[in-house]
Amino acid sequence: MRVLLDTLMVLLVFTNLRLLGLSRLSASIRTVAAQGVLLGLIALAAHVGPWNARILLIAAAGIGIKGVAFPLLLRRGLRAARIRREAEPFVGYIPSVLAGVAAFVLSLGIAARLPLPGTPVSDLIVPTALTTMLVGLLLIVSRKKALSQALGYLVFENGIYVFGVGVAYEASALVEMGVLLDVFVGVFVMGIIMFHISREFDSIDTTHLATLKE
Amino acid sequence: MSVWGFPTLAGSLVLAPLFLGIVNRTKAAFGGRSGQPLLQVYFDLAKLIRKGAVYSRTSTWVFSAAPAASLAAALSALLLLPLAGFPAVLSFPGDLLLFTFVLATSRFLTIVAALDVGSSLEGMGASREAAFSALAEPVLLLGLAVAAREAGRDSLAGIIGNVTAADWQRAGPAFVLVAASLFAILLAENARIPVDDPNTHLELTMIHEVMILDHSGPDLALLLCGSVLKLWVMAALLAGLLLPGRTGFPVLDGLMFLAGMFALAVAIGIVESTIARLRLDRVPQFLVGAGAFAVMALALIMR
Repeated sequence: MRVLLDTLMVLLVFTNLRLLGLSRLSASIRTVAAQGVLLGLIALAAHVGPWNARILLIAAAGIGIKGVAFPLLLRRGLRAARIRREAEPFVGYIPSVLAGVAAFVLSLGIAARLPLPGTPVSDLIVPTALTTMLVGLLLIVSRKKALSQALGYLVFENGIYVFGVGVAYEASALVEMGVLLDVFVGVFVMGIIMFHISREFDSIDTTHLATLKE
Repeated sequence: MSVWGFPTLAGSLVLAPLFLGIVNRTKAAFGGRSGQPLLQVYFDLAKLIRKGAVYSRTSTWVFSAAPAASLAAALSALLLLPLAGFPAVLSFPGDLLLFTFVLATSRFLTIVAALDVGSSLEGMGASREAAFSALAEPVLLLGLAVAAREAGRDSLAGIIGNVTAADWQRAGPAFVLVAASLFAILLAENARIPVDDPNTHLELTMIHEVMILDHSGPDLALLLCGSVLKLWVMAALLAGLLLPGRTGFPVLDGLMFLAGMFALAVAIGIVESTIARLRLDRVPQFLVGAGAFAVMALALIMR
């Protein structure tokens, strides 16, 4: 189980780096969907003892919402906005990937010093969760398109999910439901914003919002 | 120096062209063709050796010496590499630095020969090769450094073929990352598809092929032999890093190694058939990604 969990963690980090290096938005959405499926599997693999209804529900909610529902919503947004790629992010793709690696190293350092209530199943859980959160933040601040930023929110939430199932299992469902609701609202609002920005400017570049002078 | 390395060395020389044959057959199978015979590379070599060579008037001795020297460099790399549970012919502490140096020398000689012809097309290929290998080489060294750190030894003999199931339990993620990184470097260094297409002769995209355009006959045979051996060496390095160590039965070790190499050849063929060639300006990004994996593996090992 430990080897399986570690493999899933490595795959999760891989999807993070892939997101940082991708410019095509449909491929980014697919990667986020893969990340959602990975999260559900991580929840199952990180669970100690026999599976019960609760862990199955958490995993199913993870896969269903993050792996299927959100990507479908975002894909609709993509179609509505008629764009295909993130044209010129504030931070380029190679520096983004390097920043992702730096985030991973930083997370390893933080995880070694972070006081935790119990010992996690695998010592990779905390670093991976922190990396995913940092990558999410990075995507939010460094990308221009509203859709990429919505993806950043999702990735950030995925990090919290991993942290929840790996470390704070007892309270995870509570935290998880709250955050999931927030993200749902976030994605929903983003969808509306995207629609409005694209109708107003024929593009979903958020930098246009700063030029609303007159 | 170990005499036990010579049988595997001879075996490598015999089998290396077959490795490329398996890659080509896999690609053909994916394309729905029956493909060239498995032994086609041997036929090509035999054909080229019987031909005569043509030398441009502008070329100097560098051009005619480079193919032999490049093959010699690939052979030296093979001397340093322990294969299939047998010791390497030469082994000393720090030989992994010599290993990367020798591979770099082989590339340097090909580049110099390409520049020596005086053709601008070959100069372009040489500049591309130099630019990409400058990125690939540190990643190879970094990957070897991770493996050395993990094994606690600084020679290839200590790193290769000493992996146990317990190591996989302890440092599995780092192994996976290093393997992914070295596989990417294998593809890049041997002019395989996401970086360079071995079949193309389109001047916009080719890298390795353009450098050897003016070589003919025996010279081309030596270059082909050198590149085939380099592919074999890099694949053997990867197989040696990943496969568990010696079982105690030499035959079993040999069979396991051959099975690993066969799997790698098929994997290269699959990658080449399913992934499109990267645009030239995306190649550095591919190599940086490989480097990112190696750095993360290093961070995992060092913590």
